[in-house]
Amino acid sequence: MSAQNPVPPRLHRFGNGFLDLSETIGHSTIRFFASVGRLAEFAGRAIVNLFTPPWFGRQIARQFVDIGYYSLAVVGLTTLFSGMVLALQSYTGFARFNAEGAIANVVALSITRELAPVLAGLMVAGRIGASIAAEIGTMRVTEQIDALTTLSVNPFKYLVVPRILAGTLIMPVLVLIGDIIGIFGGFLVSIYRLGFNAHHYVDQTIQFLEPIDVISGLVKAAVFGFIVTLMGCYNGYNSERGAQGVGAATTNAVVSASILILIFNYLLTQIFFS
Amino acid sequence: MTEAFASQQEKTPKIELRGVKKSFGSKHVLNGIDLSVPKGSSLVIIGGSGTGKSVMLKCVLGLIHPDAGEVLIDGQDTSHLRGRKRDAVMGKFGMLFQGGALFDSLQIWENVAFGLIQGKGVSRKDAYDIAIEKLRAVGLPSRVAKLLPAELSGGMQKRVGLARAIAANPEIIFFDEPTTGLDPIMADVINDLIIETSKGLGATTLSITHDMHSARKIADDIAMIYKGEIIWHGKAADVDHSGNPYVEQFIKGSAEGPIKMEI
Ligand SMILES: Nc1ncnc2c1ncn2[C@@H]1O[C@H](COP(=O)(O)OP(=O)(O)O)[C@@H](O)[C@H]1O
Ligand SMILES: [Mg+2]
Repeated sequence: MSAQNPVPPRLHRFGNGFLDLSETIGHSTIRFFASVGRLAEFAGRAIVNLFTPPWFGRQIARQFVDIGYYSLAVVGLTTLFSGMVLALQSYTGFARFNAEGAIANVVALSITRELAPVLAGLMVAGRIGASIAAEIGTMRVTEQIDALTTLSVNPFKYLVVPRILAGTLIMPVLVLIGDIIGIFGGFLVSIYRLGFNAHHYVDQTIQFLEPIDVISGLVKAAVFGFIVTLMGCYNGYNSERGAQGVGAATTNAVVSASILILIFNYLLTQIFFS
Repeated sequence: MTEAFASQQEKTPKIELRGVKKSFGSKHVLNGIDLSVPKGSSLVIIGGSGTGKSVMLKCVLGLIHPDAGEVLIDGQDTSHLRGRKRDAVMGKFGMLFQGGALFDSLQIWENVAFGLIQGKGVSRKDAYDIAIEKLRAVGLPSRVAKLLPAELSGGMQKRVGLARAIAANPEIIFFDEPTTGLDPIMADVINDLIIETSKGLGATTLSITHDMHSARKIADDIAMIYKGEIIWHGKAADVDHSGNPYVEQFIKGSAEGPIKMEI
């Protein structure tokens, strides 16, 4: 037995494991680049269809309401409490080196540049990205997407374009509202809890804030809106058969959109501020 | 000259498949399908579950692109058409999907009129009237028009699917297992409706099913698919003495025979 098998069992197992591991890495690398390619092709097709007629006005309007209006509460609450906690945290932190006066600046800057776009992006990824993936995934699995095609309606124009268009255009609006609510949250805490002078606080906020702070946040918002709706549509559209397939598509849409938002947030910050 | 041309047209099959192949990864689903359906006739393809019937139908519809072979509609190869030319071919088709595939966020009449409003630009008012008329043609009263698909029974959903398939007066209608999942009486009602509506339109039909009762009823010709190939093709009347052991086993519904179930 041992003569036939000169490799000691433990080493053998290790060797196999190592081969398995490198094979797995190789396979998943190939799969990763293949899916990046598929995603890029999907995005390209969506953009081509975005700029060519016909456009489905009713669908586009419906998506503006679904994505924009119904996300207001979530984005408002998120930014309100972020602004509030920011004021509280900076007060206790900055008191250590007597810089409490910078609270208004810190709140305005953090909210407009970072917190409003990123938090709104992540919340919308959870809310909108998931529902887009579930809805389109169900339509894929129940052959409704095939039915669209047989009725001479391009599913990209009818399903994908309205969502991506609405998501990309409405996110900056949501984030602008989030900016105002977030700064207002910081204001509330500073005035009513920390005893700052209201007039002075507002003055400081307005004087310190540069247009680029707000604009960079709104550009981020548009990119995040594109990412969320694209990932929702892509995962739903390529959903595997069955309820399990739709579930997986939904999870993938949210997770991949969230990670992409964080990556693009870093890249965009670097482009804007360095 | 014109007469010769006309008779030539008569002879051109409405639908023709030549050597159509399709694989998903390493799984070979269609291994070279050859079929033709003459204008105005009804071909039913029978075969077990998972033998590639739906995939074949979707190749004809252009929903799946074959790896090899040609799909000819009115003698024209359609397998590479895109955009407007593909839409022009799609305009000749009506399709009844296996699960109905009704749009669940739209009302019944909007489902029926969908292709007219969105695909062909008919006004909503005119499309509504056509939808009501088509609903009546499949035996549904106009009061269901404003309901949602989820509010209807399976049999009624099938009827709505049929009304949607015939809404634009297609030249070719496809039926994917039209009677699967229905009780025998409702199944027969659907069979009658299929015959009635397609004869009414003078349409060519291609159906797939594993329901022999339905196949006998709606078919002029029957073909059997097994392991991605057409293993028998003949008149519906000849199906009971085909002399083909696969067909005989399928008709008898017997576990014994050349067809082995892969479990
Ligand atoms: N989009 C697809 N991707 C991968 N496999 C598929 C796809 N569509 C069908 N198949 C496989 O092809 C085979 C035939 O499917 P189908 O044509 O739906 O069978 P049926 O004859 O019951 O209609 C099945 O094994 C199915 O799993
Ligand atoms: Mg099928």
